[in-house]
Amino acid sequence: MLQALATTLVVASLYALLGAGYVLVYRSSRVLNLAQGDLLTLGGYFLFALAAAFPGAPAVSLPLAALASALTGVVVYLVLMRPMAGHPVFAAVLVTVTLGILLRAGIVFVFTDRTRHPLQNLGLTNPPRALPGGAVVSTFDLVMILTAATLFAGLFLFLRLSPLGIQMRAAGEHALLASQRGINFHGVFALSWALAAFAGGLAGMIYSSNVRLEPSLDVLGLRAFAVALVGGLDSLAGVLPAAVIVAAVEVLSIRYGNPLLSDVSPFLCLLVMLLIRPWGLFGTREELERV
Amino acid sequence: MALGGGYFKTSHEADLAVVDTRLRRTALAVLVLALLVLPRVASSFVLDLASQAALAAIGALALNVLTGLAGQISLGHAGFLAAGAFTTAALVERGLASPLLTLPATALVGALLGLIVGIPSLRLKGLYLALGTLAMHHVVLYVAGEMQARAGGNTGFTIPPPALGSLVLRGTVGWYYALVLAAALVLVLVVNLQRSRAGRAWMAIRDRDVAAASVGIHVARYKLSAFVWSSVVTALAGTLFAYQRGFVSVEAFGFFLAIEYIAMIIIGGLGSALGAVLGAGLVTLLPYAIDAVVAALSPGAADYYIFPAKFGAFGLLMALFLVFEPLGLVGIWRRVRNWFLLWPFRHRPLRAS
Repeated sequence: MLQALATTLVVASLYALLGAGYVLVYRSSRVLNLAQGDLLTLGGYFLFALAAAFPGAPAVSLPLAALASALTGVVVYLVLMRPMAGHPVFAAVLVTVTLGILLRAGIVFVFTDRTRHPLQNLGLTNPPRALPGGAVVSTFDLVMILTAATLFAGLFLFLRLSPLGIQMRAAGEHALLASQRGINFHGVFALSWALAAFAGGLAGMIYSSNVRLEPSLDVLGLRAFAVALVGGLDSLAGVLPAAVIVAAVEVLSIRYGNPLLSDVSPFLCLLVMLLIRPWGLFGTREELERV
Repeated sequence: MALGGGYFKTSHEADLAVVDTRLRRTALAVLVLALLVLPRVASSFVLDLASQAALAAIGALALNVLTGLAGQISLGHAGFLAAGAFTTAALVERGLASPLLTLPATALVGALLGLIVGIPSLRLKGLYLALGTLAMHHVVLYVAGEMQARAGGNTGFTIPPPALGSLVLRGTVGWYYALVLAAALVLVLVVNLQRSRAGRAWMAIRDRDVAAASVGIHVARYKLSAFVWSSVVTALAGTLFAYQRGFVSVEAFGFFLAIEYIAMIIIGGLGSALGAVLGAGLVTLLPYAIDAVVAALSPGAADYYIFPAKFGAFGLLMALFLVFEPLGLVGIWRRVRNWFLLWPFRHRPLRAS
């Protein structure tokens, strides 16, 4: 039972990192970033490439990979998303789909689709740790939970207290009004893409160190977006409970059902949520009319 | 159709005609003739490509009715196809392989599924609806996957070629004629739907549902009918897919297939039947064209470079159309045609209409 709880927490942390990416981008530009899964894969491959370039120096390759992920977000916004301003939202969403396709094609082109393990070159090991109560998780599972917790704490503080965070919330609420008050909303949107890619990249780096790295990891992204919707697409705080719910349903359906059922369980959560409360647990109801 | 030239319709019949000018009649006759004699001159590889494009065109036309005409975004198109293919597979498993049985059964399943997916559309719009259809896609694939796992073997279902009495549909040429005929039927149906009461109601809902309701359109009924119509045709296309391939497996109906269909109608031009057919042709032929180009440029290229090249070219094409040509191939075609029609002038004469 405790083991199930621990597993749920680990899966929930992964989903929370990805879900934060969805919500950050959605709040600023009302675009659902369907390439979040590929940003995760890309983070993993950045780590793989940097670990191969600087073997045995995780203090160099880990921050560099995270930085590269964040920069990717900025580039994506400037090159692909900024020209889509003023186009229908759905066209912008489809552009993120094509972004995912292009990222995946690029990854396979550079790294081929073989399964990789960045940990080998990183010079770190991943020993199992016993938690009080008898549950066993791997070290990187713990890292995942800690990273998610730190990232969320940081995001909350940043959005509540720092001037830039407040500008970000303002631009998300009404870009035109915000820009009239002198907020550089292109910069703010680029920042939100950078944060989303950073969160996705972190998830990818930890997941690929923990399990494995291959281009098909992007399905994780599709499943995590059930989390963003269950929590409410415009609510960062909603991501946390939603991630726990979706992860718990998934873990339970592995225990009492079969792997096929657990694959589809996030989407079942999504459907149920759409039928009873489409704006999500903590989303705002007006959001339904805005898209 | 507002052209630059002096072509005026003077009778009710002329206004109702689908193919209205002599040039168009000739062009259509030439096209039909070309499609009829193609098997005599083309290799079986070309015929197979044409069959694939025709099959894709059926699915694209159906999606175009839903997304292009009625404005309801669906990311679950592959799910509808899978529903059709797996209904057929389930019936074949039970020894009921006659197309007289599988086709109506598939249509029924498609209609039911369309109704189920359509009901949330009464409440949800835009992105939220797209998410619902995406979830539905995964649920359909889950049911299909369970079915596949239960049936043992775990790789898929083998489907015998469809037979009516002693008449068996098999071979490249036979399938070519069957699929082109089916695509032509769906095309005629869509073109006529577009200018009928239902088509106009769908377009009104697409442009503004509140305004549509205020002029007396039953929004709920027409939204549902768009979903049902589209999913019935798509499920039937799934059945044709199953029969033609002779094999059905969950792996063939991934999320990428749904994206491919959306790409077809985007690249072709949203809301246009001609666009759906053009887009289906382009998206189907693109990977083969890249194969040919790669083979011509560097004969020894490794397989793992060809896959990302195809994948990337598809993504790039879709992105280019989304950003630079939202009207799609049809938009380009109309611009070119108007340029020739209006030459030496650049703009259509202003008319009080």
